Amino acid sequence: MEAVGLSSGRKRSTVSRIELKVNGRSHTLDVEPSTPLLYILRNDLDLRGPRFGCGLGQCGACKVIIDGTAVFSCITPVSSVKGEITTLEGLSSNGRLDPVQQAWIDEQAPQCGFCQNGQILTAKALLDKNPHPTDAQIREAMNGTLCRCMSYFRVQSAIKRAAKAMAEASPAAGKKVVA
Amino acid sequence: MSPSSKIPKRIEDALIMHRRGFLKSTGLLAVSFSTFAGAPITEADAQSSGGAQGAGPYHDPDYHQLDSWIVVHEDNTATFYVGTTDPGQGTGTCFRQLMSDELDIAFDKTALIMGSTDITVDQVGSGGSRALETNSWPMRRVAAEARLVLLEMASARLGVSVDRLAVSDAVITVKADGSKRVTYGELIAGKKFNVTLTGNNINRISGQAKTKSNPELKYAGQSIQREDIPAKVDGSLEWAVDVKLPGMVHARNVKPPFACAKLTGIDESTVKSLPGFIKVLSKGNYVAVVCEREEQAIRAARQLKTTWEKPSISPFPSSEDLFHYMRAATPTPRPTSESRRHGREPVVVGNPDAAFSGAAKIIEAEYEIPFQGHTAIAGAEALADPSNGEMTVYTYDMKSYSMRRGIADFLGMPHDRVRVVWMMGSQCYGRSAAEDAAFEAAWIARQIGRPVRMQWMRDEETAWDTKGPAFLVKTRGALDSDGNLVAYDFHARSCDYNHVGYNEPDTVLIAQLMGSRKARPAPGSTSMPSDMYAIPNRKMDGDVVGLPIVWETPLRTGNLRDPNGPQPTFAAESFIDELAAAVKSDPLAFRMKMLEAGKSDDSAFRRARSIAVLKAAAETYGWDSRPSPKPRGNGSILTGRGIAYSFRGRTVVAQIAEVEVNRQTGHVWAKRLVCAHDCGFMVNPGGLRHTIECCTLHGLSRAIHEEVQFDNEKVTSRDWFSSPTLRHTDVPERIDIVLVNGDPNPDRPDLPPYGAGEPALKPMLAAIGNAIYDATGVRIRRIPFRDDRVLAALKTAGV
Repeated sequence: MEAVGLSSGRKRSTVSRIELKVNGRSHTLDVEPSTPLLYILRNDLDLRGPRFGCGLGQCGACKVIIDGTAVFSCITPVSSVKGEITTLEGLSSNGRLDPVQQAWIDEQAPQCGFCQNGQILTAKALLDKNPHPTDAQIREAMNGTLCRCMSYFRVQSAIKRAAKAMAEASPAAGKKVVA
Repeated sequence: MSPSSKIPKRIEDALIMHRRGFLKSTGLLAVSFSTFAGAPITEADAQSSGGAQGAGPYHDPDYHQLDSWIVVHEDNTATFYVGTTDPGQGTGTCFRQLMSDELDIAFDKTALIMGSTDITVDQVGSGGSRALETNSWPMRRVAAEARLVLLEMASARLGVSVDRLAVSDAVITVKADGSKRVTYGELIAGKKFNVTLTGNNINRISGQAKTKSNPELKYAGQSIQREDIPAKVDGSLEWAVDVKLPGMVHARNVKPPFACAKLTGIDESTVKSLPGFIKVLSKGNYVAVVCEREEQAIRAARQLKTTWEKPSISPFPSSEDLFHYMRAATPTPRPTSESRRHGREPVVVGNPDAAFSGAAKIIEAEYEIPFQGHTAIAGAEALADPSNGEMTVYTYDMKSYSMRRGIADFLGMPHDRVRVVWMMGSQCYGRSAAEDAAFEAAWIARQIGRPVRMQWMRDEETAWDTKGPAFLVKTRGALDSDGNLVAYDFHARSCDYNHVGYNEPDTVLIAQLMGSRKARPAPGSTSMPSDMYAIPNRKMDGDVVGLPIVWETPLRTGNLRDPNGPQPTFAAESFIDELAAAVKSDPLAFRMKMLEAGKSDDSAFRRARSIAVLKAAAETYGWDSRPSPKPRGNGSILTGRGIAYSFRGRTVVAQIAEVEVNRQTGHVWAKRLVCAHDCGFMVNPGGLRHTIECCTLHGLSRAIHEEVQFDNEKVTSRDWFSSPTLRHTDVPERIDIVLVNGDPNPDRPDLPPYGAGEPALKPMLAAIGNAIYDATGVRIRRIPFRDDRVLAALKTAGV
């Protein structure tokens, strides 16, 4: 087997100072800039929401929300992150669960739950952009988040429940259907 | 504060809480030992109750002692300690419901600790859909016994006989005088029950008390929300992957590039100067790297240059050639003992040969089911801590107890120096790679003397986890001139030689790579369809073949959800449809006729219940009676419906799929699914419904997507593109779960619960295949029904 990208006497990688804002708190870290964000969040900031599933940006278990978009933290170099990061832990505010999380409990959506971080954050990003998604839009938006327990049907029900709850909580926003 | 709000988010909190439960109330005083119920707990008792880091020896909790199962606290709450694990189907909540009922305590005043070898009794863990059918019974009996002991204690304290006492929500009251009362906590907190239970194995464990009848159960039978979900949803749960210990380092494997590869060299200089590098470890063909940080270990494992020598022969045929190979292979010898158990002794009813020779019509078919992986959502992982010359392993593996024995034996350590702490993790549905990672972490931790976290990467997990065996099934049916099935011949050949068991120190992957070989590989097994059709002449048998190389191979087989169930059932229930089509009979009517032809039934009333679930599925779906296939439409989307049924153990399932087949692309979408399911008494109907729904969809995934692909030296399915799984866009627009659960046995007042974690997977594959046939008139006898395979079959048939 050939080793990749190797030369003898290679230099030690350089560590850089990185600023991260996560769930409303600022952090300064000395890390290798190419380190995937996932490992910084889990191992340096002790967050449990984002999890390693594939390391390839294929399953979604590692997702976090950056600037309103759910991104794969396992393939995002920490140095490339400019916006504020929200993890699963950051969805609730003042001890109140986000309506998406509440819908997940009401629907009893998870089985093992390992992938649900990605399911919840992808749904959250979807509903923030499109508060009234059609069934087809839900399926499309969620398609990159995998679940090997096959909780998909409940997850889709939970998204519809959350959309309804959010519309009821803010009736003004409830009128407009975004195609 | 109720324990439900105290449900430990960290397992160590649970363990500390456990110890404190004893210590707090004794004030750490050593009191003389006594043998009657209510004896005080000594400090020594508290110490030996385990739960501390590096505080071995870790003695097995004695399942004969009531105190090993239940602790009542001074705030009148209780903690249950059970030896099972809940990998995500809500069985933990069900156990709490049943035990709360039997103890007569409010559900929300109880907590449950599962699967940690030093503080919970050995109930094996989970598996085999046994949680409620088998494991819940000793739990119920011990809780009932605790209630009785408490009543007896109250009787002594209040001076009133037990029959004059009432108990509700952990408060015992004198019936005639409500002001005379005492709580469980007042009676027992800080003291031991000191009750020895009887029974020669844990499943038979019992005291004097009788368990309640179903109508007396208050919590069981209710759809109580699962206790584990809130912490999984708000991000607060500490999973097995989250445990961090001081001095912990990260390990990654360097897997052989092909099966049965011999390691010929490691060039450590290729990684030595990498940041955080600690060590390369290797023994035999096992190689791993250890670094301070996780991303460093990933990089070092990728960068380490290793050289390998190929085996002298191809370890296996390619996945394209697998079934040619299996057809031509010589079966492995039938095991001399237990051959029946392995399904390898012919089961013959009537005189099949004579019936075939007198048949009006004979139909034959052959079905191919490839290897399918567990492919858990997470790569296998574990953390091993070698502090104080002991070994603590944090794992999500479903069978923590055998893991503890296996790791101790593998490392040559006394069993009581090893403990396994079970925590939540990714569901993996059987003997997956979770065990391998734990053995690897423990071995490395022992070598380097620091806590080690091992994590398998996606390609390792997908390529090297254990596989559900491939099957080649030949069927033959004889029909008489009235369209009756008069003889049936079923032969199932599996590719399952050297099937690995659970946590065996000589078959886990690290042991194999280090050169360990069992004297004789496990014989593997095949299996027969499960149905109650009255077919007058029937012969069923099977055999097992092996791949050319069965050690150090990524095509090692292991138990995958409903082990060896979906494969023969796909063949059997597809073939029943083929027979029905041959005589232009409605597939449901054809089945019902064979079920109703039988007069006798078995102890689980499976014949009567088979009829009931098929009827329930058909009614829910709105089944119209007609033969398959239906007249083919002209559009690009062809629709059809298919039915299949089977049982697993005592649980009976019938499923109907309605599919759309795209004529242009070959794409199959299951638009609607119906699953009628009878698993006896329902402890938590809501949780049950969800488990059945997910299990049904797992069957759909295995029907349309899942197949391990390989060339003739390595598995080429390595990620979620090369190993596709069901996705959100595949999900049906409607799923009906019909809980038929009733009891046709009039002599039994209390229907027991049967298994529900696996049965709904079994008939799904055939239901989809039958629906494709109904839609297109094309019978596809090979799963999965991937677009290219379906399209090719349609083209060949001129559809």
